[in-house]
Amino acid sequence: MPENQNQNPEAGLPISKIRAGKVSKYTIPHFVAPLDETPLQGVDAVKETGKPLSMWAEAWRSLRKRPLFIISALLIIVVIAIATIPGLFTSVDPTSCYLEFSNEGPSSGHPMGYNFQGCDVYARAIHGTRASLMVGIFTTIFVVLIGGTIGALAGFYGGWLDTILARLGDIFFALPMVLGAIIVMQLPAFRDNKSVWTVIVTLAIFGWPQVARITRGAVLEARDADFVKASRALGLSRGKSLLKHVIPNAMAPVIVVATVNLGVYIVAEATLSFLGLGLPFEVMSWGNDISSAQSQLRNNPMMLMWPALFLSVTVLSFIMLGDAVRDALDPKSRKGN
Amino acid sequence: MLAFTLKRFLQLIPVFIGATLLVYFLVFATPGDPISALSGGKPMTPAVESALRAQYNLDQPFWVQYGLYLKNLVTLDLGMSFSGQEVRDLLARAFPVTARLAVMALAIEAVFGIFFGVIAGMRKGKAFDSTVLILSLIVIAIPTFVLGFVLQFVVGVKLEWAKPTVSGGATWGELILPAVVLGLVSFAYVLRLTRTSIIENKQADYVRTATAKGLSRGRVINVHILRNSLIPVVTFLGADLGSLMGGAIVTEGIFNVPGVGNLLYRAILKGETPTVVAVVGVLVIVFVLANLIVDMLYALLDPRIRYA
Repeated sequence: MPENQNQNPEAGLPISKIRAGKVSKYTIPHFVAPLDETPLQGVDAVKETGKPLSMWAEAWRSLRKRPLFIISALLIIVVIAIATIPGLFTSVDPTSCYLEFSNEGPSSGHPMGYNFQGCDVYARAIHGTRASLMVGIFTTIFVVLIGGTIGALAGFYGGWLDTILARLGDIFFALPMVLGAIIVMQLPAFRDNKSVWTVIVTLAIFGWPQVARITRGAVLEARDADFVKASRALGLSRGKSLLKHVIPNAMAPVIVVATVNLGVYIVAEATLSFLGLGLPFEVMSWGNDISSAQSQLRNNPMMLMWPALFLSVTVLSFIMLGDAVRDALDPKSRKGN
Repeated sequence: MLAFTLKRFLQLIPVFIGATLLVYFLVFATPGDPISALSGGKPMTPAVESALRAQYNLDQPFWVQYGLYLKNLVTLDLGMSFSGQEVRDLLARAFPVTARLAVMALAIEAVFGIFFGVIAGMRKGKAFDSTVLILSLIVIAIPTFVLGFVLQFVVGVKLEWAKPTVSGGATWGELILPAVVLGLVSFAYVLRLTRTSIIENKQADYVRTATAKGLSRGRVINVHILRNSLIPVVTFLGADLGSLMGGAIVTEGIFNVPGVGNLLYRAILKGETPTVVAVVGVLVIVFVLANLIVDMLYALLDPRIRYA
């Protein structure tokens, strides 16, 4: 019984029986705390059979309460809805343009006015969402798959693979993304088949080294953790312990970077389209609309502002989401709040 | 320190060769026959054509062309553009302009980014901090070319505070507006990095010691907290020089700056291999050197880091 420990074991025994040597003959009255002052029921109440919260569940708990996360998640849901069913948000056909309305301001049913060709700016922005979002999402998926796999293998196994990756990363890092993408978009295979997919592949070519580096760093950190050694000691093969223990524990920084980069890729696509090297002209996208608006900037600045606003709000919501997830996954920053 | 510098310098060589080879290969595979572009698409006699091909080494296989190019690069003979100008001269004219632009952009983002980052970091959670954080996110989310057009339109055309485009001379004054546009996105990153770093360091023991021994608040912030917080910021600034050079393509296009970005963009569209590879080669050198300087700066900022 644990209560016994609180009691004075010397009580009732003559001192000479306890210690040898010269000691004071006076017994010092010991203070014994009353039992009800230490409520052990509270300690005993911890459910030992319950599963502890995983890092993800804990992160989700703190995420749910953050206004930054709620706002950005709502915005992203709206953007995804626009991209999947644009007809839900506008009934105007973005391709039926009337030159008589060229550069006209807003009117009823056309809240953002018309562009130079007399097309409805709002309808074009709504229908342009899909292309921009596809580039962002699929580039991120490719980059995480390629960069994540290579980075995890390099970090876990080390050796020649790691050396090659480090050197290859150096070479790619010396070439800025937009610069490299401009050159690749000029290749015959890319220039003649311009589509959403060629832009995605181009951006993925120059995007993966960054994710590979981050994954490598995270895997290196997790590789030497005690729980990985324990899993190996219990007889798990190297490959299995990489898949089951190292990678799940190295995912956090990769997820944060992927979320933020999704927005960066959307901006990169718009920049390429702006330079005339991105999506083909027929594809409706924010980048193409901004690009065609630049010649009319001094007559009709709003024609540039609206698609730019759509683009910026989308990118902003992904960056905010990444920020919120970073804070939620980082126990250091969570403590203070 | 010397051995370390030398080692880092030697490590640059494979990076440099890899990057130029990559670009050379990509430009080599680009469509369009540059010789027929040279004659404006008009037919020419086979004798003239083959002479032109031989002059630009276009009749050689890829590896020979690349080898010749590397040899010429070492001897600083960067080849000729298709309009008959020395690439070296083109670069010599364009590079100082872009260097001026990039240095101004870097200075703007470093000074303002660190300044506001320190204030935000020291007042974590206050109104100033939250406002600055949200504003910096908005700046990051807006593409550079939109910022460029809007600032050009508002400051240059409507308010007429600055000239909307840059003249051939590209003076410091004319480059202020493009430099602000170029540095604005990185400014937001510098601010956020500084803030995070300051927050991490301001509760360290040495800061408490410094305050306890009676140093003024300014000295504690500037000497003790800031200096220890600058390492990630300096790393970012070094790496950012490369993306500034890349971003210069867009910014120089909008403001008509006669710099490297402009030169490069036109050369890519024309398929001018020597110009493209020379310009990218120079950019790669600048980028890699900047990172080397950053590594050296670490030791200055943090005496605990020693290069044996």
